[in-house]
Amino acid sequence: MLKLKKNKLMPILIIALALMMAMFGACGDSSSSASSASSDGATSSETAEPDEPEVPAITGNVAIAAAASLEKTFTEKLIPAFTAANPEVTFDGSTYDSSGKLQEQIEGGLEPAIFFSAATKQMTALVEGGFIDAASVTNLLENQLALITSVSSDTTVTGFEDITNAKSIAIGDPASVPAGQYAQEALTSLGSWDKVSASASLGTNVTEVLNQVAEGSAEVGIVYATDAAGLADKVKVLAIAPDGSLEKPVIYPVAALIKISDADQEAVAAFIDFLKGSEAKAIFEAAGFKVL
Amino acid sequence: MVIEPILISLKTASVAILFTFVIGTFLAYVVFKMKNGVIKSVVDTILTLPLVLPPTVAGFFLLYIFGVYRPLGRLLGYIGIKIVFSWPATVLAAVVIALPLMYRSAKGAFQQVDPIYMQAARTIGMSNVHIAFRILFPLSGPGLASGGILAFSRGLGEFGATAMIAGNIAGVTRTMPLAIYSAVSGGNMELAYSYVVVLVLISFIFVWGLNYVTEHGSNKRRASSDQD
Repeated sequence: MLKLKKNKLMPILIIALALMMAMFGACGDSSSSASSASSDGATSSETAEPDEPEVPAITGNVAIAAAASLEKTFTEKLIPAFTAANPEVTFDGSTYDSSGKLQEQIEGGLEPAIFFSAATKQMTALVEGGFIDAASVTNLLENQLALITSVSSDTTVTGFEDITNAKSIAIGDPASVPAGQYAQEALTSLGSWDKVSASASLGTNVTEVLNQVAEGSAEVGIVYATDAAGLADKVKVLAIAPDGSLEKPVIYPVAALIKISDADQEAVAAFIDFLKGSEAKAIFEAAGFKVL
Repeated sequence: MVIEPILISLKTASVAILFTFVIGTFLAYVVFKMKNGVIKSVVDTILTLPLVLPPTVAGFFLLYIFGVYRPLGRLLGYIGIKIVFSWPATVLAAVVIALPLMYRSAKGAFQQVDPIYMQAARTIGMSNVHIAFRILFPLSGPGLASGGILAFSRGLGEFGATAMIAGNIAGVTRTMPLAIYSAVSGGNMELAYSYVVVLVLISFIFVWGLNYVTEHGSNKRRASSDQD
């Protein structure tokens, strides 16, 4: 039986193989024909619209490695805006994760074209590691601390100075949540930390704090301005932490990596210029960032 | 180690068990007396659900009911009561989460009572209330006690629903489980360790007591049936 089955299987296998080969062949054909078609299209459009300036379209791939907090801004806003003007540029291989993890991955062999970190620490480490040229680093964004309340709240609190008027306050646990550490630092510099910490509910992550305020469980809360902007239909910003209340502001630096293939150089440079431009600035500000 | 979370946990579990015991026993009695099989099994299922659902689901419903911008929360707000992020919220969470344990233990205990006693009482004209308090509840004593201990211990360890509706306010709503979670999140394993030891010790004592009560109860029952 088994032998018979084997014998029967062989032709099937051969046919399957042949089919697969045929498909691959067809694929190769179609892609080559597609590319020839697209080049045809390009030439035909050139002849059809002679008025257009003869600047060759920017081509290349820009692999982004960006902090997870930037993912939505990139995939939903920045990349579509950029590709609308530069349809030939692709963003294959882009990845969004915590800045520390991205730093480790780049050190371990990940080769993005652009690194956008949520803190200067990781950027500095990659500059020191020889992955990034210090001259290409730009401190582009600042994520500020925002004092928020629910849109339906009738709180009398107006800013960080009179936060102690709130009956309940939610902040991130300074022991484990960076936004909580910043909140502690800001309130300490304003002299109200001791009073706040005695009555504040300490969340284990910043999203928890955000939702506690949105639900009205806490009258006010302290989160990043970008978190508040992400839930603008439920929370409103009462105040931004005053300048100087944080010794080290939350800076997002961006840089191109040293090792970029020649074919992508132009696209990477164009995209970084775009990130520093006015269109991107409006997008970043809508997401709650302060553009430096 | 700050002692406050221990005191808050004990206070919460102690107050919660008063509600849990009365409500759980009452509900068990109501279901026990139900005649309609369909309604009975539906109600029984609903009352058991918090036992199998994650506490976050109970927390979600509680937030949905008592949240500041939710109907009942709003109503309470008018008379100046805010449940969420206050100490009573820890009690509320503990009651809801521990209720199924009390309810099921009580119902199980009622079912173990030989109906012949109740029938006898009815023939001499005792009212239902009398039968319940003079015959059914006393005969269910060990079952009710073990349910109460279970519910108390569960309330002591309640975390998920508590975190959602009571928050994590030091000295107010930070119970032991929350203190442990905060300590571990902050990488303070030594602090977490000491709370864990305290919580395990207290729970151990109570569950030990539970075993004593059930053993004792069944011995007594065996003894009385020997006499029969």
